[in-house]
Amino acid sequence: MKKPRVMMVCGFGLGSSMILKITVDGVLKEHGLGAETFCADATTASGESYDMIFTSKEMANLFKNTTKPVVVIENFLSKQEVLDKGLPVLRKLIEELNP
Amino acid sequence: MLADYLTPDVIRLRIRVSNWQEAVRAGGQLLMQAGKCGLSYVESMVRAVQEMGPYMVLAPGLALAHARPEDGADVVGLSLVTLATPVEFGSETNDPVSVVISFCAPDHESHIGMLQSLAEFLINEDNQRLLKTAETVDEILSAVI
Repeated sequence: MKKPRVMMVCGFGLGSSMILKITVDGVLKEHGLGAETFCADATTASGESYDMIFTSKEMANLFKNTTKPVVVIENFLSKQEVLDKGLPVLRKLIEELNP
Repeated sequence: MLADYLTPDVIRLRIRVSNWQEAVRAGGQLLMQAGKCGLSYVESMVRAVQEMGPYMVLAPGLALAHARPEDGADVVGLSLVTLATPVEFGSETNDPVSVVISFCAPDHESHIGMLQSLAEFLINEDNQRLLKTAETVDEILSAVI
Protein backbone atom coordinates (compact mmCIF):
# COMPACT_ATOMS: atom_id res chain seq x y z
CA MET A 1 0.00 0.00 0.00
CA LYS A 2 1.63 3.24 -1.16
CA LYS A 3 1.22 6.05 1.33
CA PRO A 4 0.92 9.70 0.40
CA ARG A 5 3.49 12.10 1.86
CA VAL A 6 1.56 14.70 3.87
CA MET A 7 3.51 17.80 4.86
CA MET A 8 2.51 20.15 7.67
CA VAL A 9 4.05 23.62 7.36
CA CYS A 10 4.48 26.42 9.87
CA GLY A 11 7.01 29.16 10.50
CA PHE A 12 9.63 27.06 12.25
CA GLY A 13 8.53 23.52 11.54
CA LEU A 14 8.69 22.42 15.14
CA GLY A 15 5.78 24.05 16.98
CA SER A 16 2.44 24.76 15.36
CA SER A 17 3.03 22.34 12.50
CA MET A 18 3.81 19.62 15.01
CA ILE A 19 0.51 20.23 16.79
CA LEU A 20 -1.25 20.08 13.42
CA LYS A 21 0.59 16.84 12.61
CA ILE A 22 -0.70 15.32 15.84
CA THR A 23 -4.26 16.34 14.96
CA VAL A 24 -3.90 14.94 11.44
CA ASP A 25 -2.34 11.69 12.75
CA GLY A 26 -5.34 11.32 15.07
CA VAL A 27 -7.79 11.66 12.19
CA LEU A 28 -5.81 9.23 10.02
CA LYS A 29 -5.77 6.65 12.78
CA GLU A 30 -9.50 6.99 13.49
CA HIS A 31 -10.28 6.44 9.83
CA GLY A 32 -7.78 3.66 9.24
CA LEU A 33 -5.88 5.66 6.65
CA GLY A 34 -2.18 5.33 6.01
CA ALA A 35 -0.05 8.36 5.25
CA GLU A 36 3.46 9.55 5.96
CA THR A 37 3.13 12.80 7.93
CA PHE A 38 5.99 15.19 8.55
CA CYS A 39 6.68 18.84 9.40
CA ALA A 40 8.58 21.52 7.58
CA ASP A 41 9.20 25.20 7.95
CA ALA A 42 8.75 27.92 5.37
CA THR A 43 12.30 27.48 4.04
CA THR A 44 12.70 23.69 4.00
CA ALA A 45 9.21 23.09 2.59
CA SER A 46 10.26 23.89 -0.98
CA GLY A 47 12.99 21.24 -0.87
CA GLU A 48 10.71 18.45 0.26
CA SER A 49 8.82 15.94 -1.82
CA TYR A 50 5.16 15.81 -0.81
CA ASP A 51 1.76 14.85 -2.14
CA MET A 52 -0.26 17.37 -0.17
CA ILE A 53 0.11 20.17 2.37
CA PHE A 54 -1.77 21.16 5.48
CA THR A 55 -0.99 24.67 6.65
CA SER A 56 -2.41 27.91 8.05
CA LYS A 57 -3.95 30.76 6.11
CA GLU A 58 -0.87 32.91 6.71
CA MET A 59 1.50 30.30 5.25
CA ALA A 60 -0.70 29.18 2.38
CA ASN A 61 0.49 32.06 0.20
CA LEU A 62 3.93 30.45 0.03
CA PHE A 63 2.46 27.62 -1.99
CA LYS A 64 0.65 29.55 -4.69
CA ASN A 65 2.70 27.85 -7.40
CA THR A 66 2.40 24.23 -6.38
CA THR A 67 0.28 21.75 -8.32
CA LYS A 68 -0.27 19.67 -5.20
CA PRO A 69 -3.35 20.14 -2.99
CA VAL A 70 -2.91 22.73 -0.21
CA VAL A 71 -5.45 22.45 2.57
CA VAL A 72 -5.79 25.50 4.82
CA ILE A 73 -6.65 24.71 8.40
CA GLU A 74 -7.79 27.57 10.64
CA ASN A 75 -7.96 25.65 13.90
CA PHE A 76 -4.96 23.31 14.28
CA LEU A 77 -6.68 21.56 17.18
CA SER A 78 -9.84 20.71 15.28
CA LYS A 79 -10.09 17.11 14.14
CA GLN A 80 -13.43 18.03 12.58
CA GLU A 81 -11.88 20.67 10.36
CA VAL A 82 -9.08 18.33 9.29
CA LEU A 83 -11.73 15.73 8.56
CA ASP A 84 -14.02 18.01 6.56
CA LYS A 85 -11.30 19.72 4.55
CA GLY A 86 -8.59 17.08 4.37
CA LEU A 87 -10.16 13.65 4.27
CA PRO A 88 -11.59 13.84 0.74
CA VAL A 89 -8.19 15.01 -0.54
CA LEU A 90 -6.36 12.24 1.34
CA ARG A 91 -8.74 9.55 0.13
CA LYS A 92 -8.30 10.70 -3.47
CA LEU A 93 -4.50 10.68 -3.11
CA ILE A 94 -4.49 7.17 -1.67
CA GLU A 95 -6.64 5.95 -4.56
CA GLU A 96 -4.39 7.60 -7.11
CA LEU A 97 -1.28 6.08 -5.55
CA ASN A 98 -2.81 2.61 -5.36
CA PRO A 99 -4.80 2.08 -8.60
CA MET B 1 3.96 13.79 30.88
CA LEU B 2 2.39 17.23 30.52
CA ALA B 3 2.31 17.48 34.32
CA ASP B 4 6.12 17.21 34.32
CA TYR B 5 6.31 20.46 32.35
CA LEU B 6 3.22 22.39 33.42
CA THR B 7 4.22 23.07 37.01
CA PRO B 8 2.94 25.90 39.25
CA ASP B 9 6.08 28.01 38.73
CA VAL B 10 5.39 28.33 35.00
CA ILE B 11 1.73 29.27 35.20
CA ARG B 12 0.29 32.78 35.65
CA LEU B 13 -3.43 33.34 35.31
CA ARG B 14 -5.42 36.41 34.34
CA ILE B 15 -2.47 38.73 33.93
CA ARG B 16 -2.96 42.26 32.63
CA VAL B 17 -1.19 43.13 29.39
CA SER B 18 -1.69 45.94 26.90
CA ASN B 19 -0.66 44.11 23.73
CA TRP B 20 0.50 40.79 22.30
CA GLN B 21 4.19 41.63 22.79
CA GLU B 22 3.69 41.91 26.55
CA ALA B 23 1.75 38.64 26.54
CA VAL B 24 4.51 36.79 24.68
CA ARG B 25 7.20 38.35 26.88
CA ALA B 26 5.30 37.28 30.00
CA GLY B 27 5.25 33.68 28.76
CA GLY B 28 8.90 33.87 27.78
CA GLN B 29 9.93 35.32 31.13
CA LEU B 30 8.34 32.41 32.96
CA LEU B 31 10.48 30.05 30.86
CA MET B 32 13.57 32.11 31.62
CA GLN B 33 12.87 32.30 35.36
CA ALA B 34 12.43 28.54 35.40
CA GLY B 35 15.89 28.21 33.87
CA LYS B 36 14.73 26.85 30.53
CA CYS B 37 16.05 29.55 28.25
CA GLY B 38 17.92 32.85 28.11
CA LEU B 39 16.69 36.39 27.49
CA SER B 40 17.65 36.16 23.82
CA TYR B 41 15.10 33.38 23.38
CA VAL B 42 12.35 35.55 24.89
CA GLU B 43 13.11 38.36 22.46
CA SER B 44 13.27 35.89 19.56
CA MET B 45 9.77 34.73 20.41
CA VAL B 46 8.50 38.28 19.94
CA ARG B 47 10.50 38.69 16.73
CA ALA B 48 9.06 35.47 15.35
CA VAL B 49 5.55 36.90 15.45
CA GLN B 50 6.76 40.18 13.96
CA GLU B 51 8.57 38.45 11.11
CA MET B 52 6.23 35.64 10.29
CA GLY B 53 2.90 36.96 11.32
CA PRO B 54 0.45 35.49 13.81
CA TYR B 55 0.50 31.94 12.43
CA MET B 56 1.06 30.63 15.95
CA VAL B 57 -2.47 31.64 16.97
CA LEU B 58 -3.40 28.12 16.09
CA ALA B 59 -6.88 27.87 17.51
CA PRO B 60 -9.54 30.40 18.55
CA GLY B 61 -8.11 32.44 21.45
CA LEU B 62 -4.99 30.32 21.80
CA ALA B 63 -1.42 31.13 20.81
CA LEU B 64 1.60 28.82 20.91
CA ALA B 65 4.60 31.11 21.18
CA HIS B 66 8.12 29.91 20.55
CA ALA B 67 11.38 30.57 18.70
CA ARG B 68 14.14 28.34 17.28
CA PRO B 69 16.41 26.17 19.46
CA GLU B 70 19.44 28.19 18.38
CA ASP B 71 17.82 31.41 19.67
CA GLY B 72 18.79 30.50 23.23
CA ALA B 73 16.82 27.51 24.49
CA ASP B 74 18.66 25.44 27.10
CA VAL B 75 16.25 22.64 27.90
CA VAL B 76 12.68 21.68 27.03
CA GLY B 77 10.34 24.09 28.79
CA LEU B 78 6.71 25.07 28.78
CA SER B 79 4.79 27.97 30.30
CA LEU B 80 1.19 29.10 30.42
CA VAL B 81 -0.19 32.61 30.78
CA THR B 82 -3.82 33.55 30.56
CA LEU B 83 -4.93 37.12 30.03
CA ALA B 84 -7.49 39.09 32.02
CA THR B 85 -8.40 40.89 28.81
CA PRO B 86 -7.80 39.20 25.44
CA VAL B 87 -5.42 40.87 22.97
CA GLU B 88 -5.17 40.97 19.20
CA PHE B 89 -2.27 39.18 17.56
CA GLY B 90 -3.44 40.03 14.06
CA SER B 91 -4.80 36.59 13.26
CA GLU B 92 -7.59 36.71 10.68
CA THR B 93 -9.48 33.81 12.12
CA ASN B 94 -8.41 33.13 15.70
CA ASP B 95 -8.15 36.52 17.47
CA PRO B 96 -8.47 37.75 20.16
CA VAL B 97 -6.11 35.64 22.25
CA SER B 98 -6.59 34.93 25.93
CA VAL B 99 -4.27 31.92 26.38
CA VAL B 100 -0.57 32.05 25.51
CA ILE B 101 1.35 28.82 25.80
CA SER B 102 5.10 29.25 25.32
CA PHE B 103 7.71 26.59 24.86
CA CYS B 104 11.38 26.14 24.14
CA ALA B 105 13.47 23.18 23.04
CA PRO B 106 17.23 22.75 22.66
CA ASP B 107 16.92 20.92 19.34
CA HIS B 108 14.28 19.78 16.83
CA GLU B 109 13.26 16.57 18.57
CA SER B 110 13.45 16.69 22.39
CA HIS B 111 10.16 18.48 22.78
CA ILE B 112 8.10 16.09 20.64
CA GLY B 113 6.82 14.02 23.59
CA MET B 114 5.87 17.13 25.51
CA LEU B 115 4.12 18.69 22.52
CA GLN B 116 2.31 15.42 21.88
CA SER B 117 0.89 15.40 25.39
CA LEU B 118 0.09 19.12 25.15
CA ALA B 119 -1.77 18.52 21.86
CA GLU B 120 -3.73 15.63 23.35
CA PHE B 121 -4.70 17.86 26.26
CA LEU B 122 -5.70 20.81 24.06
CA ILE B 123 -7.60 18.80 21.42
CA ASN B 124 -10.22 18.28 24.11
CA GLU B 125 -12.27 21.48 23.89
CA ASP B 126 -13.23 21.24 27.57
CA ASN B 127 -9.56 21.78 28.38
CA GLN B 128 -9.33 24.77 26.06
CA ARG B 129 -12.33 26.22 27.88
CA LEU B 130 -10.79 25.42 31.25
CA LEU B 131 -7.61 27.32 30.40
CA LYS B 132 -9.61 30.36 29.34
CA THR B 133 -11.77 30.48 32.46
CA ALA B 134 -9.62 29.04 35.27
CA GLU B 135 -9.13 31.28 38.27
CA THR B 136 -6.68 29.10 40.16
CA VAL B 137 -3.60 27.10 39.21
CA ASP B 138 -5.03 24.07 41.04
CA GLU B 139 -7.98 23.87 38.64
CA ILE B 140 -5.55 23.48 35.79
CA LEU B 141 -3.16 21.13 37.56
CA SER B 142 -5.98 18.73 38.43
CA ALA B 143 -6.98 18.51 34.77
CA VAL B 144 -3.44 17.85 33.66
CA ILE B 145 -2.72 14.57 35.49
